[in-house]
Amino acid sequence: MIQFDNVNKRYESGQDALGRVSLEIERAEMVFLTGHSGAGKSTLLKLLTAIERPTRGSIIVGGQNLNRLRNSQIPYYRRNLGIVFQNHQLLFDRSVFDNVALPLSVAGCSKREVGRRVRAALDKVGLLHKEKQNPIVLSGGEQQRVGIARAVVNKPALLVADEPTGNLDPQLSEEIMQLFRQFNAVGVTVLIASHDLELIARMQQRVLTLQAGQLIYDGYPSREPAYS
Amino acid sequence: MNQRIPSSSLPQQSVSERRAAGAVTARTGAGDRLRSWLGHHREMSREAWRRFFASPMSSGMTALVIAIALALPAALQLGLTNFQRAVAGWDGQPQISVFVHKRAKEAAVQSFAEELRANTLVAGVTYISPEEALAEFQQASGLGDALAGMDSNPLPAVLLVRPAGSDSAALEALATKLRESALTDSVVLDMAWVQRLAQLTELGRRLSLGLACLLALGVLLVVVNSIRLHIENRREEILVVKLVGATDAFVRRPFLYTGLCYGLAGGLIAWLLVSIGVWLLAGPVGGLANLYGSGFRLQGPGFTYFAGLAGGAALLGLSGAWMAVARHISAIQPR
Repeated sequence: MIQFDNVNKRYESGQDALGRVSLEIERAEMVFLTGHSGAGKSTLLKLLTAIERPTRGSIIVGGQNLNRLRNSQIPYYRRNLGIVFQNHQLLFDRSVFDNVALPLSVAGCSKREVGRRVRAALDKVGLLHKEKQNPIVLSGGEQQRVGIARAVVNKPALLVADEPTGNLDPQLSEEIMQLFRQFNAVGVTVLIASHDLELIARMQQRVLTLQAGQLIYDGYPSREPAYS
Repeated sequence: MNQRIPSSSLPQQSVSERRAAGAVTARTGAGDRLRSWLGHHREMSREAWRRFFASPMSSGMTALVIAIALALPAALQLGLTNFQRAVAGWDGQPQISVFVHKRAKEAAVQSFAEELRANTLVAGVTYISPEEALAEFQQASGLGDALAGMDSNPLPAVLLVRPAGSDSAALEALATKLRESALTDSVVLDMAWVQRLAQLTELGRRLSLGLACLLALGVLLVVVNSIRLHIENRREEILVVKLVGATDAFVRRPFLYTGLCYGLAGGLIAWLLVSIGVWLLAGPVGGLANLYGSGFRLQGPGFTYFAGLAGGAALLGLSGAWMAVARHISAIQPR
């Protein structure tokens, strides 16, 4: 599903955010990406979401080479991704429903289809009863769940989350993780960047650890330590 | 055009296989997409008006600035059209007045007139006898009493010669020929004022055109600036929709409609301003025309004028918005 081949990302400032990273993530895998801040987690996610382009190396997502993606094709590429942000990036000038509907209206779904899918997504995250509310009145955990509903409403093959539990207490974090696990169970490839090692350990999933732009660990932390 | 992750490059598989291979991207049909595209246009146009009226003060001010900038050249244009209508009676046909010697016999003058009528350069000749000239002068000048006190009529007979063509060389030749006649005292070629009028009209036309261009540029800049502010205000939203896969066209659309709204509202207000102006001036202009013995009435903006003003203004708004989005929206990229 995701294939990084000797990917290097050097920012204009001359700083190497990623150096020669190679990794492969299979379809329907659930993988955690971890590492100290500044290790290159965000850069990796930005490359994956076509916000940034690699300086060297190739990235192939779902058979599509991102190096060869023209700027005009980026929107269509992103429609097949679900992106969950740490600060959830909800729009407070519209209802929960309209926030979740955003990827569908962007992609041009019919009204009926939008209603059906938005409600299905909200139902999955347990917020169907709050569809008419403004997300500003929701709690942090609920807001993040709305963000997740928005990420999955388009039924993406790949779900990418950047510190989705960064601002949440352990119990809410656990709930959010269970949600991700449910999507993974129906075949969605899930990549979660997080520095919550305890939570990651409990999930017993594959972990990729970055340090100073290098991939230093790729394995299952239940058996060995992630990084020290 | 639509690039997809070929998650469905695995066509015929069982559900379990598909699950193992990852979720299948949902598809949207072409008909659905067209309907949705039209729907988005409809929604954005409504949304633009909603936003326009949501902040009536600032939108109103912008629209008013646009309206004033448009009303000026529009009013000038309307005034010019009316002026041209007012002088339309003076169709620009030159006329030669031949003042006959006082001592000339009327019969000789009449035969001279006949002779002129036979000339191919002449379209017509009107003979005005000294008595007729005096009567007309008394009526027009109101100096009847003063003239009555004179013992003899001081006015000569006049032949009004209408030339066949308006070519100035031919006119000059005709005038020279008339001057050479023994009966002629003096010849006045009434062409200068016609030319002056034409020049003045042309001057007004060009001035109004120049002013219109400058003010259109002003309107464009006002719209560009307003739309730029709108874009800045909705920066977050633009970032989010770009991240969920919005094309630039999708992001541009609401702003283009907002520009269109500004233009259209400005055009409507400009039309209203011009109409009010016409309404205020119609009375005095009519009175003035009556005093000059003319039936001229000020003509207000008609439908084509209205459509032109509103359409032109809407186009200006749209162009301004386009300029603003072209510059600013591509600069807003997720970081």
